[in-house]
Amino acid sequence: MLRAAVALARRSLRTTLRRPQFLAPLLVFPSLFLAINTGGLHRSTDLPGFPHVHGFLDFQLAAAMCQSLMLGGVGAGIATALEIEGGFFDRLVASPIPRVSIPLGRIMAGAVIAAVQVVYFLALGLIFGAHIAAGVPGVLMVLLIGIATGTGFAALGVMLALRARSASTVQGIFPLVFVVLFVSSAFFPRKLLSHPADWVAAYNPLSYVADGIRDPIISSITATTVLEGLAAALGIAAAGIGLSVVALRGRLREA
Amino acid sequence: MPAIEVQGLERVFKGGLRAVAGIDLEVAAGEVYGFLGPNGAGKTTTVRMLVTLLRPTGGRALVAGYDVATEPHKVRKRIGVALQEAALDMLMTGRELMELQATLHGIPPRDVRDRAAALIERVGLSQAAERRVGTYSGGMRRRLDLAMALIHAPDVLFLDEPTTGLDPVSRITLWDEVRRLRDEGTTVFLTTQYLEEADQLADRVGIINAGKIVAEGTPAQLKAEVGRPHLDLTLTDDADLDRAREVLAQFGDGRPPAEGCHLSVAVAGGATEIAPVVRALDDAGFMVASLELVQPTLDDVFVEKTGRHLEGAEQAPPAAADPVAEPVA
Repeated sequence: MLRAAVALARRSLRTTLRRPQFLAPLLVFPSLFLAINTGGLHRSTDLPGFPHVHGFLDFQLAAAMCQSLMLGGVGAGIATALEIEGGFFDRLVASPIPRVSIPLGRIMAGAVIAAVQVVYFLALGLIFGAHIAAGVPGVLMVLLIGIATGTGFAALGVMLALRARSASTVQGIFPLVFVVLFVSSAFFPRKLLSHPADWVAAYNPLSYVADGIRDPIISSITATTVLEGLAAALGIAAAGIGLSVVALRGRLREA
Repeated sequence: MPAIEVQGLERVFKGGLRAVAGIDLEVAAGEVYGFLGPNGAGKTTTVRMLVTLLRPTGGRALVAGYDVATEPHKVRKRIGVALQEAALDMLMTGRELMELQATLHGIPPRDVRDRAAALIERVGLSQAAERRVGTYSGGMRRRLDLAMALIHAPDVLFLDEPTTGLDPVSRITLWDEVRRLRDEGTTVFLTTQYLEEADQLADRVGIINAGKIVAEGTPAQLKAEVGRPHLDLTLTDDADLDRAREVLAQFGDGRPPAEGCHLSVAVAGGATEIAPVVRALDDAGFMVASLELVQPTLDDVFVEKTGRHLEGAEQAPPAAADPVAEPVA
């Protein structure tokens, strides 16, 4: 199974690189948001209750990463749906491989893309004057949480594609990315959100992911925050992979 | 042991559509079996069940000795599949796709490259191997699809309408490859809506209509069953066709006319009946614009069994239908 999944992951990565119209939004949109927010809202750091940060860019890097990782999930879903629509998925299903390796290949590719996304935003931040307060261990922690989150969102995208079987339907969840982001602590600290957004953010796993990514950047590694972030990321990954496998089984059962 | 053995195979879709209504067939090892029928007859549904992409809702099918419902993984190891509309990844090169297919079929890593290169060469795509599939013509995509289906030297090869939409040259190239496979002993299950294709390639033909097999045998046997040739006639435009049919009734059974002619009648005497037919029509005041004596074809078998022509069966695939290569997003 692993050999097939790795081969399919390599193929997914190769075709993603050859589809710049899909890859660019993962980096360009969040970079633009990052530039606009950092430039226009940097005075937010003066608000009472705002955590002590070296600069607003440091604070916003986690938001850009979360946004990028979610868009990566949408991209993985669209790519899977296009395979279903074009018949390539059937070719894979007719191959003598464990069928679970089909979504796993795409999800593994999602993990690699997530690593690239995290490294890109860390590099972008450093170029424009951000500091990684927790140093190399902090970078590794951000990478770990980011990869787990990207894996989870890729799996959720694949799950949606297997259920919907249509690229346009998967694309339709694009606005939901922003809703989920805005009702989390990705852009602003949870305690500065007004009611009911603060209440929703408390139950939104993305808040914990964003806080877990942000913590090593703006301060030292706070065990509780980082572990909560890692747990949320692993939870999203486990739920995403589980749901995508269930969706695959459902799809094959319906055939 | 037959390569394919099907008993009472049935597929009923949600909503009650009975696409395949309990078919029986047997394909011997090394045989090319032509599965002929019009669009919507149940050909593709049957193939999708035999290649384990669709679950049968009734009956039983063994492929390469394994049950498609209970041993699908074993079936998949022994079959090659080229489905209708070559489903290829347009962003990958021919070589990359072949190597992926080889890996998915468990070919040892050290052999993947050589095996892929050999098959690419076999289907004449060596020059295009490093190009993305999106730049290939329709014929090239079909050949690559066929090569991918052969990567693991399958016992049974399923080709679902392999030449639909291809230009005549690409069609003949593919036919040659199917003949070569037969000579090598591969069992080929070929679905087609083209009479000529079934006639040229198949050792035996099964004709399916509305989910049921209506005739089966070698092309020669099936045509011999019909026996009589027929005359296709075109009269002048203002002719009273009903009255003309009455005149022709004395010569043989009327048939549904083929596209482009007015009347068709089976004539037991063949060419010797042409003059009497023309004379009788002339005596009745009809002017014959054209006539053709047609020897029995598989279309006649289809007409005999179903009362209608095989849709589009006599139309050669238009050369213009070869899709312009364009990358798919």
